[in-house]
Amino acid sequence: MTAKTIISFENVTKRFGKVVAVDDVSLSICEGEFFALLGPSGCGKTTLLRMLAGFETPSEGRILIDGEDVSRTPPNKRPVNMVFQSYAVFPHMSVADNVGYGLMVDGVLPAERSRRVEEALALVKLEGYGGRKPDQMSGGQRQRVALARALVKRPRVLLLDEPLSALDAKLREQMRSELSQLQEKVGVTFLFVTHDQDEALAMASRCAVMNRGLLQQVATPSDLYEFPNSRFVADFIGSVNLFEGRFEVDEADHAVVRAPELSTPVYLDHGVTGGRDATVWVALRPEKIELHKRGDGQGAPALGDAPDGHNVVPGVIRHISYLGSESVYEVELDQGRRVRTLRTNLTRRDQEDFTWDEPVWLAWHACSPAVLLS
Amino acid sequence: MEENWKRAKAVFAAMAGPPVFWLAAFFLVPLGIIWAYSFGENSSLTEIAINGTFANYVHAIQPLYLGIIVKSFWFAALTTALCLVVGFPVAIAITFAPEKTKAWLLLLIMLPFWTNLLIRTYALMAVLRTEGYINFALAFLWNSLGHLTAAFGHPLAAFTPLELLHNNFAVVFGLVYVQLPFMVLPLYAALDRLDRSLLEASLDLGAGHFTTFRRVVIPLATPGIISGIIVTLIPSVGAYLTPDLLGGPESLMIANVIERQFKTANNWPFGSALSFLLMYMTFIAIAVQAMVARNRRGAAR
Ligand SMILES: Nc1ncnc2c1ncn2[C@@H]1O[C@H](COP(=O)(O)OP(=O)(O)OP(=O)(O)O)[C@@H](O)[C@H]1O
Ligand SMILES: [Mg+2]
Repeated sequence: MTAKTIISFENVTKRFGKVVAVDDVSLSICEGEFFALLGPSGCGKTTLLRMLAGFETPSEGRILIDGEDVSRTPPNKRPVNMVFQSYAVFPHMSVADNVGYGLMVDGVLPAERSRRVEEALALVKLEGYGGRKPDQMSGGQRQRVALARALVKRPRVLLLDEPLSALDAKLREQMRSELSQLQEKVGVTFLFVTHDQDEALAMASRCAVMNRGLLQQVATPSDLYEFPNSRFVADFIGSVNLFEGRFEVDEADHAVVRAPELSTPVYLDHGVTGGRDATVWVALRPEKIELHKRGDGQGAPALGDAPDGHNVVPGVIRHISYLGSESVYEVELDQGRRVRTLRTNLTRRDQEDFTWDEPVWLAWHACSPAVLLS
Repeated sequence: MEENWKRAKAVFAAMAGPPVFWLAAFFLVPLGIIWAYSFGENSSLTEIAINGTFANYVHAIQPLYLGIIVKSFWFAALTTALCLVVGFPVAIAITFAPEKTKAWLLLLIMLPFWTNLLIRTYALMAVLRTEGYINFALAFLWNSLGHLTAAFGHPLAAFTPLELLHNNFAVVFGLVYVQLPFMVLPLYAALDRLDRSLLEASLDLGAGHFTTFRRVVIPLATPGIISGIIVTLIPSVGAYLTPDLLGGPESLMIANVIERQFKTANNWPFGSALSFLLMYMTFIAIAVQAMVARNRRGAAR
């Protein structure tokens, strides 16, 4: 990306007593990005965000906004604004006063102020709600007030802490796309925190995955999903089957991994750097494994891109979850290992193709597995 | 469901019965008797004839007594204001103290309740009197300073102890000392309920600490401030022990006058009338305050 860097964390560590909430994080965020901080509960996402807003000071390292060190700058002097998880809408002020609060504090004159408040309310589709009190509004509307209140200050970066977690499922879906549209419209850099991977994949232009205070991987949503760099990321983003193994062949244009749990070796159409003599893990996404019939002595399917005797293993269907648009099959391999595969129900009769306890072949293409070194 | 509710009603009655009886027998009935006395006159040394006269009230609104009532309200208002000014920072400090320290600080605030008011007041006298600790400390400082200036050839005059006791200052000082916990506790309760993220939101939007305090903390703590004012003001108006022990001849408060009517002057009807006059005025003050508050809230909507 060639865009200008707006935020950088430089080796930032935050300790609360003995707890290391954020551990040596270095991260750059570019102008105009819709950036997601993703990770399980307690991994330090909120702490990182609060350090950027100025509510916590880093124990070590620096935080730069537009190239300027703000590590010790108080929150009211930073060009960032935050949408709190609880929204933190002032209950004793009308909606318009809430939205205008930051402008009033900055000494913006009343005429200009009310114009900008109206503008901000229109932006979040709350025209005409200015006179209401927050207790007369729904949770979703209060959140829009919080959004307008932060955006009206025209921040360099808008920080959102789990903005959708308090909304019900329908509204959450709707707000996802509204937030994305809003971001495109105002062009402000958004940095949002979530523990919901679907949310991050759907909205973000780039994601950082955190685990126990450490930054695990920073990538676009599709790279995170298709090219995870660790078992943690592969497992956290979506669902995955992991097989422990070792390299048998590792050339520039192909590689073979032998995994004891799989009866045939795994053939890859690319070489892997590193991990030559160490334990590696083969990651296979459920939707990338094909199901083929094995009853009546039907032979292994030909894959075309892998040599015979590779990437095809026999198994028996042990469990089927019908999810409407797709079905999840749990297949038990000869060695007793269970593998999840997923099949889209393309026609209305697709889910009848396979039944419980049916012998099947599992097969995958040479480009499907990812090899993880950690 | 209905059965349940009926049984609950019986339980409720059983629970409420004794306190209601207690309240009626030992508070409302005596109050009624005093109220009746206020419309009577002494018919002999020990008997009071209740004859519906308003003479006691006419007597009570003489400038002499009205002046003392006004002074009592003035003392109480000053006490309340000082408690608010001193108590707010204390309440804020407790609210934002670490969880462990908080419990200790609250205990410290409530510690005075464990000691009798009389003993506390005598202890205060030991602090304030001319040979008390404050004067002792001041004398020490003055004399040290005197040694210093004497070395440069300018000796200071001998230290004259400050008269801290038996005057209006001592009364207000004592009232503030007694009432401060009653102000701090409701303020603390209100501040502790305040959502911290509201304060952070205010800072985040560019407000400084003072603006945040004025625009967010005070409006949201208003219920606590009002109850703090009420529980400080009303007992202060009727304070008896503090002005009796710490006050001088010119710092009498209305409760001292009432006590004299009941005891030394043996004029119960007049004492009763004064008591009720004070009560009416307190009620009116609260009612006016409540009306103003409601109007303001109505206007804000
Ligand atoms: N003020 C604090 N004092 C002590 N420990 C804290 C404080 N704030 C956070 N922590 C600890 O730091 C770690 C990271 O917390 P943080 O709130 O950043 O997690 P998170 O990723 O936002 O989690 P969640 O998804 O549950 O909100 C946790 O172990 C937490 O207990
Ligand atoms: Mg959090």
